Amino acid sequence: MTGVQVLVVALVVAAFSAAAMRWKNGRFTARAPESDDSERLEPGDIGAPLGERATLVQFSSAFCAPCRATRQVLGQVVSLVPGVAAVEIDAEAELELVRRMNVLRTPTVLVLDAQGRVVGRASGAPTRDQVLVALDVALSA
Amino acid sequence: MSHDTTVVDPRALRFGAAATTAVLALVLVTPSPVREVLLAGQAVIFALGVFVSLAASPWSWLFRTAVRPRIGAPDRTEDARPPRFAQAVGLTFALVGLAALLAGSTTAGLVAVGFALVAALLNATTGFCLGCELYLTTRRLARTLA
Repeated sequence: MTGVQVLVVALVVAAFSAAAMRWKNGRFTARAPESDDSERLEPGDIGAPLGERATLVQFSSAFCAPCRATRQVLGQVVSLVPGVAAVEIDAEAELELVRRMNVLRTPTVLVLDAQGRVVGRASGAPTRDQVLVALDVALSA
Repeated sequence: MSHDTTVVDPRALRFGAAATTAVLALVLVTPSPVREVLLAGQAVIFALGVFVSLAASPWSWLFRTAVRPRIGAPDRTEDARPPRFAQAVGLTFALVGLAALLAGSTTAGLVAVGFALVAALLNATTGFCLGCELYLTTRRLARTLA
């Protein structure tokens, strides 16, 4: 009987997880720019210059299927919106930054404003429209 | 990160995950010793995926011979490393479950199988790869403990 109970619980957990992920994947949460330095990234932190107006920072790892799709989406956005740069960071090589920014999953995408402040973040693969909307918020702030 | 690597048909992965889900569900509902035999069989299938190649799994073979000829070539392929890592996570849960069942800790064994079933079912229905997501988390933990 225990086995049947485990099976039922497993099915319920899987159904809830699938629904939660469908809701959360790629969804950007906006955050007010803060003066706190931990929420601000310098070119030295990401190993590349910031974009003139905004920067998209993607955390990737080797064992990450949606990272490639995310890289392509960010590439499209960069070619569509002038003044925006995209930077990809190998999470395994930058574990200090991963911990500082509290990155739990790959891909995680941070949206930085012109000063490098984190104004939005999403985990899971975002769609192009989700990135464009998040950028719009960052650029109008 | 290098990009020159083996690729897999994502539909073969979903097919394999569905078959894995079915086997693990059978493990949960069949009596001993049938469930131990089924779980050992699934562990061997996981091990083939980890130590030989994803294509060595019998589910992959079944997909190539029975399913793929009917639905044609894939419109895209995926990096084989993430799902291969996930097979290793599945193997770990299967071995823990098997050891617990053989040692008489039936509930612990079945719960371990339940975790593997959740991961396989999510993979089959949504394409989400729990084992892949866990990779970074385990690296962070390893770094914290070190």
